[in-house]
Amino acid sequence: MRLAFILSEIGSGIRRNLSMVTSVILVTFISLTFVGAAGLFQLQINQMKGYWYDRVQVTVYLCVDNSSEASCAAGPVTEDQRAAIETKLRSDQFAPYVDTVSYESQDEALGHFRDQFANSPIVDSVTADQLPESFRVGLVDAEKYEVINEAFSSEPGVDAVSDQRDFLEAIFRYMNWASVVALVIAGIMTFCAILLIATTIRLSAFSRRRETGIMRLVGASKAVIQLPFVLEGVIAAVVGAVLASATLYGASRFVIDGWLVNTFPQTAFISSQQVLLLVPALVVLGAILAGLSSLLTLRRYVKV
Amino acid sequence: MIRFDNVTKTYDQKSQPALDGVSLDVDRGEFVFLVGASGSGKSTFIRLVLKEDSASRGAVYVAGQNVANIPSWRVPRLRRGIGVVFQDFRLLPNKTVFANVAFAMQVIGRSRAVIRETVPDVLATVGLEGKNNRMPHELSGGEQQRVAIARAIVNRPGILLADEPTGNLDPTTSMGIMKVLDRINQNGTTVVMATHDDDIVNTMRKRVVELRNGSVVRDDAQGIYIGDTGAVVE
Repeated sequence: MRLAFILSEIGSGIRRNLSMVTSVILVTFISLTFVGAAGLFQLQINQMKGYWYDRVQVTVYLCVDNSSEASCAAGPVTEDQRAAIETKLRSDQFAPYVDTVSYESQDEALGHFRDQFANSPIVDSVTADQLPESFRVGLVDAEKYEVINEAFSSEPGVDAVSDQRDFLEAIFRYMNWASVVALVIAGIMTFCAILLIATTIRLSAFSRRRETGIMRLVGASKAVIQLPFVLEGVIAAVVGAVLASATLYGASRFVIDGWLVNTFPQTAFISSQQVLLLVPALVVLGAILAGLSSLLTLRRYVKV
Repeated sequence: MIRFDNVTKTYDQKSQPALDGVSLDVDRGEFVFLVGASGSGKSTFIRLVLKEDSASRGAVYVAGQNVANIPSWRVPRLRRGIGVVFQDFRLLPNKTVFANVAFAMQVIGRSRAVIRETVPDVLATVGLEGKNNRMPHELSGGEQQRVAIARAIVNRPGILLADEPTGNLDPTTSMGIMKVLDRINQNGTTVVMATHDDDIVNTMRKRVVELRNGSVVRDDAQGIYIGDTGAVVE
């Protein structure tokens, strides 16, 4: 009985306040879409980190004729130097850090280079002796790059030690910025949503002050008096959250599945299924948002 | 049933108190008129019984319980034991007579079956048989006040507080309302009625407590209304 009563109160509240309820839905929709977008950026960053860091290799470039490093002052790497470097890489001292070691000759380097820049005119002007031979070192833990760098960068015959992470870090920095921007927008919109929900509840409380006054007098409990108002806001916010989820899912289907995956086949993208993981979070967030702001408003505007 | 023990209520520090050291006992089943000019403290008395306000000094007991000691979450239970009627009826204009009375039962969680059974009985008690489906604006003032009384007593409270219930009604209609209140009192409900209608007080010959500037100046067992000397009558 009481539940039916509360539900009918919510229904009449929403009908009376339709335009305000609609604006609450729209504002929570927009704000949660940005919250979700920020979340997706973070998911994508983690995904790419996980994917790439497993494959990241440290490359120990060896000296060639035109190397400018001090360690290459003696000219191109000699057979003895190359053997010494390889022995050191495979030594027990580095066994805890080094997973795999492979050697790439100048000819192989040229082959890779040609593959990578297949459509570029630069390919024809590059010859094998311009490209350094190198050791490709797979690490047990990608974070331990510094150990290899320190031990080998001043070794005779080593031109430079390079870590592909530097390049990836730059990409992640940009993506992090994008998610921060999305979060800032989300924060502002969420603030708007809170204020709007508070205003809606105030209007709703005002238009029903006769009913709530009588409810107080005949001894209705605080829950029966306040719950319709709280649920009115929560329902509107949850509808907004569902719209935001649908938008994010649609966008991920369209942008990621439909375009990015085909355009950048080597990159690991988050799947639309992972977007669905975000839905409960957004709905709960919307409900908490509305619940808290309406409870705070009611404390001031609906006496019990 | 209601006991005021040296109660003072000050709304703000500068003005004089709305109630000033009032001590009063209302027994179970009594009918008491609270008389006095506007601003004499009648409405404050009613607000303190309902715990809409709390006393600045002294203690208010309702059904043996000091209302100051009732935690806020138990206040609804206190109010379920008290019915209230106002001068302006306070009906819900978009609900029928039946729905207005049923509303008081719905909000405290009574079942639909109990409501269907109880509401017609109560409407009969206040003399509104057959008007279940009328809207408030289709009723006369006296009938609207009967609906308000029905709503106040539908949950069988031990106390009925009436704040100028006949203030908007003509003398004949007012006497009809008084008969209803008297019948409710006969059934064992304690009735406290604030009024400054001298005809009614003189006809009913009930206990009269007169307030002036927040103090009890008279408490007669079968009193009459004595015009307000020195106070402004509305």
